[in-house]
Amino acid sequence: MEKRSVVIIGGGPAGLAAAVAAKENGCDDVLILERDSDVGGILQQCIHAGFGLHIFGEELTGPEYAARFHAQVDELGIEYKCDTMVLSISQDRVVTAVNSKDGILTIQAGAIVLAMGCRERSRGAVGIGGTRPAGVYTAGTAQRFVNIEGYMPGKKVVILGSGDIGLIMARRMTLEGAEVKMVLEVMPYSGGLKRNIVQCLNDFGIPLRLSHTVVEVRGRERVEGVVIAQVDEKRRPIPETFEYVPCDTLLLSVGLIPENELSAAADIPINPITNGPFVDQSMMTRCEGIFACGNVVHVHDLVDFVTIESRLAGRGAAKYALGQRTDGAHTLDVKPGFGVRYVVPSTIDPAALSYDEKFLFRVSDVFTDMELEVKVDGNVVYHKRVPQAAPGEMESVQITRQLAEKLVGQTVEIGLRPAK
Amino acid sequence: METKNLTCVVCPRGCALTVTVEDGKILSVTGNTCKRGAAYAEAELLRPERMLTSTVTVEDRRRMLAVRTRSAIPKDKIFDAMRVLYGTRVSAPVQIGDVIVADVCGTSVDVIASESLA
Repeated sequence: MEKRSVVIIGGGPAGLAAAVAAKENGCDDVLILERDSDVGGILQQCIHAGFGLHIFGEELTGPEYAARFHAQVDELGIEYKCDTMVLSISQDRVVTAVNSKDGILTIQAGAIVLAMGCRERSRGAVGIGGTRPAGVYTAGTAQRFVNIEGYMPGKKVVILGSGDIGLIMARRMTLEGAEVKMVLEVMPYSGGLKRNIVQCLNDFGIPLRLSHTVVEVRGRERVEGVVIAQVDEKRRPIPETFEYVPCDTLLLSVGLIPENELSAAADIPINPITNGPFVDQSMMTRCEGIFACGNVVHVHDLVDFVTIESRLAGRGAAKYALGQRTDGAHTLDVKPGFGVRYVVPSTIDPAALSYDEKFLFRVSDVFTDMELEVKVDGNVVYHKRVPQAAPGEMESVQITRQLAEKLVGQTVEIGLRPAK
Repeated sequence: METKNLTCVVCPRGCALTVTVEDGKILSVTGNTCKRGAAYAEAELLRPERMLTSTVTVEDRRRMLAVRTRSAIPKDKIFDAMRVLYGTRVSAPVQIGDVIVADVCGTSVDVIASESLA
């Protein structure tokens, strides 16, 4: 059986950054397995700008951001196999994959990094009624059609979901000549970044209708229109508000799901809140030697944060493969407190930190004038002011040496409380 | 004196800016967490501009080429620039950073390739 020190599953931004970090930390035989025909992942179709402000201090487009990591991978001589599908992984770190050149590949890995990313929720996942005509797409599929393949999915467009991909596609379809009639959001607030509401909707006069959803798709061969409705506080459509909107296309931007079929089949424990594996401070899952990073762990808003997290995973995997891992001497559980949905990592060993680590978390509702608190066994060890927070924007606390020294006890809790 | 509320788009933080204006002159900007916010507020009220990203057709290829303006262009030139890009065709190979359209619509800003095609 072929042996590799680190095998990375997925060649998107997470996999590329993890591969570079693994190589830089002493592993010479890193292998990336990618199912698409090129590396770069979803960045290849994200042609808009806004990537790289944290990592490179400049605003890059998706392909430009990917190209920087692709170049590093090439310079370091890291091997990658494209058009290669991973079929399974095992807890003793055997990776089985297939492509049309090598046939079946069976590789014993010293460490595995899971970097499979996420996929979009589709019409079935949100249960929209009506007929099943052509013209209903997820926003990411439409993005691939327009930006890579050069096809326009439609001319009169309604977008359901105000996550970033929905907002970005509202602008993109408008620039390419379509009429985007409206963006609907079932929640009373947008799930996207504020800058995208300004640049993608307000700039083009596209209305955003909060607390609205699509209740019915109409049309036989092709979408002819959708019935929209306002929803009450329990997100139930209000019958008196039903309204027919003629259109030929419905784009769905209704959330992303970490793609963990491989992880689940290998019995890697998954956090039901994030739908991604539980990880420690080095991004190791609860299975020895199997690491995870990027959107397969939890869905990020910014690729820069994926890169930062993936470097930790790559370094952790390299140390594990080289027998240098010292983590786990004394571990604290990390739990979400009031107003916080989840925290990554879910356990932490303060003695194993490099101080590049962060507590990453999302709040559960829209909050203003809050105080963020980090508590150890009930005692506040760190706090900071949070003027405003929304579930659409990931929050973080850098784990400095100063903070790490205070992590003595059993349980770390991260929560909000109203500022005085 | 007039007060305007803007959301800064310079970075993903999205600061809520409050700008006071009198006779087309900016008196103060508050709510920004860095100095780029103040510059954005001034530009947004006096001469709003945006970076444009789009694609152009590649001859003999079944895929598009991603392009962008090298820097921001005036907001009111966006659709003029798009009309130029609709009709632009390039031939591979293309290197990232190659000029695809020089001085687009008299903005003195070039449209450049944002990816390489072998």
